[in-house]
Amino acid sequence: MIDYTQFTPLSALLGGALIGCSAFLLLYLNGRISGISGITSRLLEKPKQSTTASWLFVAGLIAGSALASSAFSLPVPKIDNSWPLIIASGLLVGFGSVYGSGCTSGHGVCGLARLSKRSLVSVPIFMLAAVLSYYLLSLAS
Amino acid sequence: MLNPTNNRYLSMFSTFTCGLLFAVGLQLAAMTHPSKIQGFLNVSGLWDPSLALVLFAATGIFSLGFWSIIKARINNQKSPILASSFQIPTATLIDKQLIIGSVIFGIGWGLSGFCPGPAIANLIYLDIKIFAFIIAMLLGMAIAKRLKKQ
Repeated sequence: MIDYTQFTPLSALLGGALIGCSAFLLLYLNGRISGISGITSRLLEKPKQSTTASWLFVAGLIAGSALASSAFSLPVPKIDNSWPLIIASGLLVGFGSVYGSGCTSGHGVCGLARLSKRSLVSVPIFMLAAVLSYYLLSLAS
Repeated sequence: MLNPTNNRYLSMFSTFTCGLLFAVGLQLAAMTHPSKIQGFLNVSGLWDPSLALVLFAATGIFSLGFWSIIKARINNQKSPILASSFQIPTATLIDKQLIIGSVIFGIGWGLSGFCPGPAIANLIYLDIKIFAFIIAMLLGMAIAKRLKKQ
C-alpha cells in the first residue's frame, strides 16, 4: 500500500531531474561518470589529477547540501540508528560499493541509463538485498 | 579558443558545480533522510515510492543526454568539452565480485538508509554518527580496493 502521507512525487521528480542534469554535465564536460562510490574511493589514492577532481566533486556535494538546506530551510534528517548499526552499515556500504564497482548513482542512475549489462544485474540485486536487510532489521527491533 | 590552462580551471570549476547540483538534487528530493529510503524499502508495509521517482527522473534526463548528445560525440571520436577523453566503464562480464559486492552494498544500505552520496551530503549537520559512518565507509572501501588488487 502506498503511504500517501510520506510520498513526495513533485520534489522527488525535481530533485531527480537535477541529479540527472548533474550526471549529464559531468560526463559531457569532463568525461566522467557520476559514481559517488568511485569518486569517494579515489580520495584514498595517491594524489593525481583524478583525485583532485574527486576532492572538488565532494567539496561541491557538501557546498550544495549546505546551500539547499539553508536556501529552502529544509528539515534536518533524523538518524536514529544505534552505534553498532551505523558502523556495520558504513563498512558494508563502503566495501560492497567498491567491490561491486558502483552504488545507487554509478550503477543506479548512470549504469541503468547507459543500459550497462553489469548495472542491469547489480541494481535489482542491491535493491532486493536492501529490502530484505531492512525487513529483517525491522523484525528484530 | 580555450587554451589548456583555462580548460583545466573550467574543468575544475565544472566538477565542483556538478557536485553542488547533485547535492541540491539529493536535498530537494529528501534523499538525505534515512526515513525516505526506509519508507521505500518498506515494501511489505506502508510504501513510500519517492525514491523510485527520483531514480526515474535522474535516469530519464541522463539517458536523453547520453543517447542523443554524448553517444554522437563518442561515435564521431570527439572528446568531452573540457577533458581529453570519455572515461566510461567498458566491462560487460558479470563476475562474482559484481554479485557479492552488490549484495553486501544492499545489505549495508538497508541497515541505515545511507548510501555514499546522501551520507556525504549529511556531513553538513555535524552529527557524530555521520562522521562515524563515513570513516567506516572509507575503511570498507580501502579493504575492498586491497582485495580487488589481488
